[in-house]
Amino acid sequence: MIVKDIIDILEGEIICEGDLNQEIKTACGSDMMSDVLAFVKDQSVLLTGLVNPQVVRTAEMMDMACIVFVRGKMPDDSIIRLAEQRGITLMKTRFRMFTACGRLYANGLSGGTKV
Amino acid sequence: MSNAIHLHYEVSGEDFTRAGEASSAVKKRLKSLGYNPDAIRRIAIAMYEAEINMVIHADGGFCDVDIYPDRVEILLSDHGPGIPDVEKAMQEGYSTAPDNVRSLGFGAGMGLPNIKKYSDEMRIETTIGVGTNLYLTVRVKS
Repeated sequence: MIVKDIIDILEGEIICEGDLNQEIKTACGSDMMSDVLAFVKDQSVLLTGLVNPQVVRTAEMMDMACIVFVRGKMPDDSIIRLAEQRGITLMKTRFRMFTACGRLYANGLSGGTKV
Repeated sequence: MSNAIHLHYEVSGEDFTRAGEASSAVKKRLKSLGYNPDAIRRIAIAMYEAEINMVIHADGGFCDVDIYPDRVEILLSDHGPGIPDVEKAMQEGYSTAPDNVRSLGFGAGMGLPNIKKYSDEMRIETTIGVGTNLYLTVRVKS
């Protein structure tokens, strides 16, 4: 799967474009950034309902390629700028967290951990 | 050691949105120096969690980073309230962060456990009412 596929599966709307051809191996869905930071696998997509600059910083520390804001949430300019500087793709989807994660999982994306 | 690269950052306690700037800068520097990506990630995450802790609990402080060929040593120092029970603070899920911090995505009680997990050595010196020094070492495989 690549970033472009995520846009299709989640009927997403691009807010800030990074490398859309980057390969996506696993995903993580959480509003708690410390929980995201607890599993340092190749988690290349972060799905979250949290909208603040620390979401981008968390993705940056984890080398994530893409952040999906669920329930159509729109980040402000400072968040978008931060993502632009770091080459991270931002998108929003109208789906809620459970549904968005389910759609990606059903399309073959896993959490990358055994549990 | 004379071949260390020394970096110093002040961490502001007033602006939560800027927390992580020091970690971000260190990550960039290590990347440009060509360090192993897995090690860089471990260093960045450990330092980032610690930086967030400083902002949440201690009203900021400073970070000293020493980059050696085989390891990175980080000191995060603050004049915050100190940690009353370090053993408890090391338990996953234990947090004293206020609710407003949770609404920002932190305070899940994973900060110190994550820092320990990603560093090879971790030492905490803390005195109630005086502050906390957190020493981290992450070894780097070439």
